[in-house]
Amino acid sequence: MKLLPVFTITLVFSAVLFAANDPNLPEKTTDVETIVSKANLIAYYQGNDGKAKVKMTITDKKGQSRIREFLILRKDVKDGGDQKYYVYFLKPADVRKMVFMVHKHTDIKKDDDRWLYLPGLDLVRRIAAGDKRTSFVGSDFLYEDVSGRNLAEDAHELIETTDKYYVVKNVPKKPDTVEFSYFNVSIDRKTFVPMKMEFYDKKNKLYRIIESQKVEIIEVKEGEIIHKFPTVVKSVVSDLNTGSKTVMEFANVKYNINLKDIFTERYLRRPPKEAKR
Amino acid sequence: MNPLKWPTIVMLVAGLSLPVMAQEDTENDLTSLLSNLDVHGFYEIRSGYRLRKDKYQKDMSIMETRLQLDVSSYLDWADLKFKGDVFGDLVEERADFDLREACIFTSPFDFMDLKIGRQILTWGTGDLVFINDLFPKDWQSFFIGRDSEYLKAPSDAVKASFFSDWANLDIVYTPQFDPDRFISGKRVSYWNSNLGRLAGRDAIIHTDKPNRWFRDSEIAARLYKNINNYEFALYAYRGYWKSPGGQKASGQSIFPDLNVYGASVRGAIGKGIGNLEFGYYESADDRSGKDPLVNNSELRYLVGYTQEIGKDFTAGFQYYVEQMLNYSRYMDNLSSGPARDEYRHLTTLRLTKLLMNQNLRCSLFTYYSPTDKDVHLRPNVNYKVNDNLAIEIGANIFFGDHPNTFFGQFQNNTNIYTALRYNF
Repeated sequence: MKLLPVFTITLVFSAVLFAANDPNLPEKTTDVETIVSKANLIAYYQGNDGKAKVKMTITDKKGQSRIREFLILRKDVKDGGDQKYYVYFLKPADVRKMVFMVHKHTDIKKDDDRWLYLPGLDLVRRIAAGDKRTSFVGSDFLYEDVSGRNLAEDAHELIETTDKYYVVKNVPKKPDTVEFSYFNVSIDRKTFVPMKMEFYDKKNKLYRIIESQKVEIIEVKEGEIIHKFPTVVKSVVSDLNTGSKTVMEFANVKYNINLKDIFTERYLRRPPKEAKR
Repeated sequence: MNPLKWPTIVMLVAGLSLPVMAQEDTENDLTSLLSNLDVHGFYEIRSGYRLRKDKYQKDMSIMETRLQLDVSSYLDWADLKFKGDVFGDLVEERADFDLREACIFTSPFDFMDLKIGRQILTWGTGDLVFINDLFPKDWQSFFIGRDSEYLKAPSDAVKASFFSDWANLDIVYTPQFDPDRFISGKRVSYWNSNLGRLAGRDAIIHTDKPNRWFRDSEIAARLYKNINNYEFALYAYRGYWKSPGGQKASGQSIFPDLNVYGASVRGAIGKGIGNLEFGYYESADDRSGKDPLVNNSELRYLVGYTQEIGKDFTAGFQYYVEQMLNYSRYMDNLSSGPARDEYRHLTTLRLTKLLMNQNLRCSLFTYYSPTDKDVHLRPNVNYKVNDNLAIEIGANIFFGDHPNTFFGQFQNNTNIYTALRYNF
């Protein structure tokens, strides 16, 4: 199983949250960049840190299923900036207790730093930066689906505004680096949660769909204040070419758990209690 | 194979019982220990044959079934781990138990971790090349086609780790020397310099191993720091050559004293990961290189680079050099037989390609020494049939111009193996 980072607890979609020049919007004072930036924060940086148990069910066209289960811990270095991720594998049995750690860099010139810990060998391995459009742990989700595609990679255009959604078309600035010609994202106008992503191939044929099937509001009480974090807890990706499908479900989602810096070699070799208990 | 030594049991029991007694809450601890119990493992069948005739070995290179149980649990103040293999081995015609881990882990302070008991230990930057990692290896398993996990043999040790903003320090104390599970002739034939020929089960290496508790101990330390995700480390080791590094006049093999001092760095370079490692092997029983029966001191250097070169396709290259010190004395003292080179150059190449939704892994690891003129190829194909079942086929292929070089001596051990593993 190849291990690529799972990036967001909150949303599995790319952060192509784009605000629109919608005349129906009550406030249309904010400019596009501000809205994109705000949407990015909602999509990827909810709370200072977070934790969730993730289950992926990969079903191929013959109906054979494989399960991936892991605990994920996240901490933001800076809101809207670098982040650290710690992924502790639970299933399948052959990768149990493996740890995958990422120091994610938003600087487009700097690759993410990635580590893998193999408990049977007590081995801490550095992993070279990889193509972001390869499968994450053998599922139909790609690295970039879960880590978020850098906003600067695409040109964005609002093509439709419905009662519920903004539909944004995203065209890659470097088309040679990706397998799609463009993708459309339907973003919930209230929560800014991307509800659907549709990818079109080089012949402009729809071949890949990611849908948010369940969104929950996770509440975090801090003194008198109750923070509300809209969180995708079930999403499905369908590959229309291969007939394969992956369902990703989040359980025990928590925010602001006061995670200390466990994103070091010390905790690769001995998982922190947050990952185990 | 390696029975649990009684002092290890004492260490474990002591480690466990002290805080338990202090808490006077044994019953509670036992309850949570049982409720947190986590049992996993695998069952495996593995068989392999030699592709060349080796008159000192059986044609079967490996033929075994193995059940590994991995039991872990935790208390508020400690984690406990037990991992052991029961196996039946048709090549050696025996059944046995190999305890791989039996240890307790605790963090007595914020700045300190402690791991006591039988454990697998690894550090350093090499990929299947070890300089400052002087923890025991199982070369026999490595060459007959066991899973790569078995290259690491367990240590009965105490590992204390100290953490600070300035740097981190690991100290591993092994009260009784844990040698490698080295090539002894039992399963793999080797070059026997005394006989001046290849030898195997007809001349199994007998050793005089330092085995006094607390006197024949090993201590290894690593001081390390991560600076902008460049990992710097300094190492020191005081112990023994891990595989026989000399012999008595009688011909019995020995493990002479060895001190090692080294350093390493690892981090991102371009699109990949680069690493550098260095070690000075001070053969403490023969510092001047005068004793022909004891290994000379050595310098060892390693440089490596790994990069993704295609979709789900990675390549890793390493260049490694072993430099024998006091080489002229070695040559003066060489009584007979072929001489080693002063410099042994070794290159490695690892290619790994994942296919079929990453359920099929094809890999090739190659050692090639341009100075020894020998090669060791390790092709392996592993397919995950489902989440529990995996099948594997692989080979250990050796070539060499000379029968006395590191890989050349194993030419007749060239073997092919296959395995079926059920994980639970």
